Amino acid sequence: MIEFRSISKRFADGTLAVDGFSLVIPSHRTTVLVGSSGCGKTTLLRMINRMVDASSGALEIDGENVSSIEPVALRRRIGYVMQNSGLLPHRTVIDNIATVPRLNGVPRAQARARALELMDTVGLDRAMARRYPAQLSGGQQQRVGVARGLAVDPNILLMDEPFGAVDPIVRAELQQELLRLQRELGKTVVFVTHDIDEAFLLGDQVVILEKGASIAQKGTPAEILANPASDFVASFIGAERGKRALHLREVDGRRILVDGDGAVAGRLVEADSA
Amino acid sequence: MNLFLDAFAWLLDPASWQGPSSIAVRIGEHLFYTALAVLIGAAVAIPVGWLIGHTGRGREIAVGVAGAARALPSFGLLFLFVMIAGVLLRGPSTILVLVLLAVPPILAGAYAGLEVIDRRVIDAARAVGMTEWQILWKVEVPLGLPLLLGGLRGGTLQVVATAVLAAFVNLGGLGLPIVEGIALRDYGRMLGAAMLIIALALLLDALFAVLDRVAIPRGVRAGRVTDVRTASPRRRAAADPPATTEKETV
Ligand SMILES: Nc1ncnc2c1ncn2[C@@H]1O[C@H](COP(=O)(O)OP(=O)(O)OP(=O)(O)O)[C@@H](O)[C@H]1O
Ligand SMILES: [Mg+2]
Repeated sequence: MIEFRSISKRFADGTLAVDGFSLVIPSHRTTVLVGSSGCGKTTLLRMINRMVDASSGALEIDGENVSSIEPVALRRRIGYVMQNSGLLPHRTVIDNIATVPRLNGVPRAQARARALELMDTVGLDRAMARRYPAQLSGGQQQRVGVARGLAVDPNILLMDEPFGAVDPIVRAELQQELLRLQRELGKTVVFVTHDIDEAFLLGDQVVILEKGASIAQKGTPAEILANPASDFVASFIGAERGKRALHLREVDGRRILVDGDGAVAGRLVEADSA
Repeated sequence: MNLFLDAFAWLLDPASWQGPSSIAVRIGEHLFYTALAVLIGAAVAIPVGWLIGHTGRGREIAVGVAGAARALPSFGLLFLFVMIAGVLLRGPSTILVLVLLAVPPILAGAYAGLEVIDRRVIDAARAVGMTEWQILWKVEVPLGLPLLLGGLRGGTLQVVATAVLAAFVNLGGLGLPIVEGIALRDYGRMLGAAMLIIALALLLDALFAVLDRVAIPRGVRAGRVTDVRTASPRRRAAADPPATTEKETV
């Protein structure tokens, strides 16, 4: 469990990026922080591994205040995946994945064997092990980034717009992979995005943020859709329009669903009792 | 009278290569001063350059100092040093002048090599739990190597060209035949020595070109082609490492 307690962050230049933020992030679930650019998502995420230190308030991981944990040690037990993959350009795929275990003193052969397994886990062909990041596609680089994040088998995985720089098809593929991985691994995932569709797809808990990281609403995707807390949330999730605004239409005695753009979305059927 | 013929006559005369004033001795002295000055210069400039590059602090000072050092009149400086320090210390004075010449390009190469690294790579290295030392040694130094080598190359060429100064304080080197040539009005000897210096410079330059090939990690080279898919197929194949090479990188 990760707990933010009245956290604020003012940067040296005076920017108040986070203003009195409180949130409980449950273990073994995916929590998605979603909001428009500059609202403080990355700042919040990087407080968890102390890449940013809070100006005030307390941040606890399983009851332990992070400010009492040495940053390097803390970072080595938390996976971190970022938008540009952040791979080391002078190291091969396999050595990139093995980086943190090697820092922790795992013998090379063992770290590499584990790295190969992780390549399977994230759906990367082992034949790519000896390539350099510059020789991979964007989607492949992201997979390497995820594998590196998982290399120390961390309890917590931080993901900052990890799929932001790939095309929609690869993006959908990576999202499905992440869902599958999460079913298998059950990590505490904190995921940052500005794409509400991605947030609803991946999040067990979705936190919608406004400027200064003030929480506009939090809850499960269903809760938020059913009951947007404000006009801001309603407009942010697009509740009144497009493919979220579904209405019923009767055709030949059957009820079908049509979205806000007039496109057919599906049929209304009885819920599966299972 | 052909100057070049005279020069070659001097270079090829067996007598020029014998005894205590043999050309070989002069080349040896010249290379010794060059190597010593570059080594001392590197020992000073590389750590300082890396410190500046890693912390991002002190860059303006370094640029200023390096620029000023570049503009120094080495000839005048040498006589100044010898006058201050005394004729007995003319050896160290000469080396000091050459070191001052070597430092600016090496310093610039060292910090620029670190400066050009994508900030996101450094940030990622820190975020996965590298200490500042590990970031420096495992990320910044290898990635900064190409520019550092460029700086060393530039510094070495500067020094090898300027080491003729040693002859003016009676320390030999390839400047000596030039000084002698002036005194004897032996222009063939002057030109011959000048050609030797040029040859030496070209040789050292070639040496650095080789070093550039072997010392730079493969991924750094692969990374130079920012998008391999747009590179020619052959280039891409060349950048693809064979599966058998086992390289120490972690
Ligand atoms: N190191 C810094 N120094 C000063 N201000 C900063 C710094 N980092 C972030 N900020 C500011 O803090 C605010 C929040 O930034 P943050 O990066 O957390 O936003 P974000 O929600 O991640 O945005 P995006 O979706 O664009 O990544 C912004 O106004 C930003 O300009
Ligand atoms: Mg961000």
